Amino acid sequence: MKTIYKSAQEAVEPIQDGMTLMVGGFGLVGIPEQLILALVEKGVKDLTIISNNCGIDEWGLGLLLKEKQIKKMIASYVGENKEFERQALSGELEVELTPQGTLAEKIRAGGAGIPAFFTPAGVGTEIAEGKEIRMFNGKEYVLEESLIADFSLVRALKADTFGNLVYNKTAMNFNPMMAAAGSVTIAEVEEIVEVGQLEPGFIHTPSIYVQGLLQAKQEKRIERLTTR
Amino acid sequence: MTTANSRELIARRAEKEIANGDYVNLGIGMPTLVANYISPDKTVVLQSENGLLGIGPYPTGEEVDPDLINAGKETVTASLGAAYFDSAESFAMIRGGHIDVAILGGMEVSEKGDLANWMIPGKVIKGMGGAMDLVHGAKKIIVIMDHVSKKGEPKIKKQCDLPLTGKQVVNKIITERGLIEVTPDGLVLKEVFEGYTVQDIVESTGADLTIDVKQ
Repeated sequence: MKTIYKSAQEAVEPIQDGMTLMVGGFGLVGIPEQLILALVEKGVKDLTIISNNCGIDEWGLGLLLKEKQIKKMIASYVGENKEFERQALSGELEVELTPQGTLAEKIRAGGAGIPAFFTPAGVGTEIAEGKEIRMFNGKEYVLEESLIADFSLVRALKADTFGNLVYNKTAMNFNPMMAAAGSVTIAEVEEIVEVGQLEPGFIHTPSIYVQGLLQAKQEKRIERLTTR
Repeated sequence: MTTANSRELIARRAEKEIANGDYVNLGIGMPTLVANYISPDKTVVLQSENGLLGIGPYPTGEEVDPDLINAGKETVTASLGAAYFDSAESFAMIRGGHIDVAILGGMEVSEKGDLANWMIPGKVIKGMGGAMDLVHGAKKIIVIMDHVSKKGEPKIKKQCDLPLTGKQVVNKIITERGLIEVTPDGLVLKEVFEGYTVQDIVESTGADLTIDVKQ
C-alpha cells in the first residue's frame, strides 16, 4: 500500500525551496496538472525543473515560471512560452537546453543506475562543447551524464493501491523514466483502483518506483486543436 | 518565401523519397505536409517522437482525445496497428537506426551536409527538440526548405553560419527550385523544378554544385 494523499497540497507539502523536480509531460499532455497548481499555491522557490517543455504562459509549468519559482530549467523545447523567452534572455532564468532523446536517456539512465552514456546527438554542435568525445566504430559520440531528482511528479491514467501505473496513449511520454529517477515519486492519476484490478502484464510503471498517489481531475487543455 | 503551391510541390517531391513499408519521421512545419501526399499504394508508418508509431489522420471533432497528440502538439488519431511508448523508447527507435527516412525543415545546409535548424543567436530561444537525435539515427535524412532566405540570400552554403544541429548528416535537400544530393565529393544538383533553370539554382546557391540533371 502506498501513501494516498487527500489533496494536491498535502502531496507537495515536503517539497522545499531549492529542490530538483522532474515533471512529466510533453507539451500539456500527461502533465501532473493539480500537483503543479499546488506548487504554485505553496510558493516554493529556486526550483530546478527537469521537463521536456515549460508549459504555456497560462498553464502547466508556465504558471510556476510566471511566479518566478523556477531558478533553472532543463528542457528540450520551450518555444511556446513568451515569459520563458523573456526570463531566459534577461538572465533571470538559467536554461539548459538538451536534445530530446538525450534528455529522455539522461532520465532513464538516472533511474537505472547508469551515471553517464555516449550518444551521437549533439556531436559537432555547441551542446558538446566541454564534454568528452570518443570514437566508437569510426563515429564520434559525446559523453552525457544522467539526471536524478529529489521529487518526480508524474501523471498516469490509473494506479492501483500498490502504486502500479498505467498511462493513456501519448500521455505516457517522459513519465515512466521520471517515475524511476525521482528519490520520491508522486503520481497524479485519474483513477485509483484496488490492487489486483490492473493486469500485471500491462503495467507500464511497476509500483517499486512510486511512493505516493493522488487521485485528481485534470482539465487536459489542448494546445493545438486540429481536426479533419 | 515559398507559396502554398511551392510548399505542396516540395512535399509531393519529398513523398517520392519514401518507399513502401518505410517507417518515417516527419518534422514539424512543412515536413508534416508530406503526410497529405503519401500514395495509397504505399504502406508507410509515421513515427511521432512523443511516443506514437502509427500517426493516423487528424481526428473528427468527436474523435479528439486530449491525450493523443503528435510532436507538433496537434491532436491526431492512431492508425491501425499503432503503438504507444515512452520517450526513451521513442529515441531508441530513432538513434538505433530503425527509422528509414526522416524529413526535417532547415535554416541552413552546408556543402558537407551540416544542418542548422534550431537556433538564431540573440533571437527567440526555442530549443532543438528531437532534431539533434533524429539527424544521427534515421537511415536517410532529407531536408526540405525554401531555397533562399526571406532576404533572398542562399540557405545552401559552403559553411553554416548558424549554430549546428548536426555535422555531415544531410543526404538530400529538396527546395522549390530543385533537388540536391550531398555526396562525399560535394553537392550534386540532380533535379531542376518547373519555372527554374540550372543557372537560377547555381546563382541562388552559396556553394559549388556539380550538375547531374537528367533531361
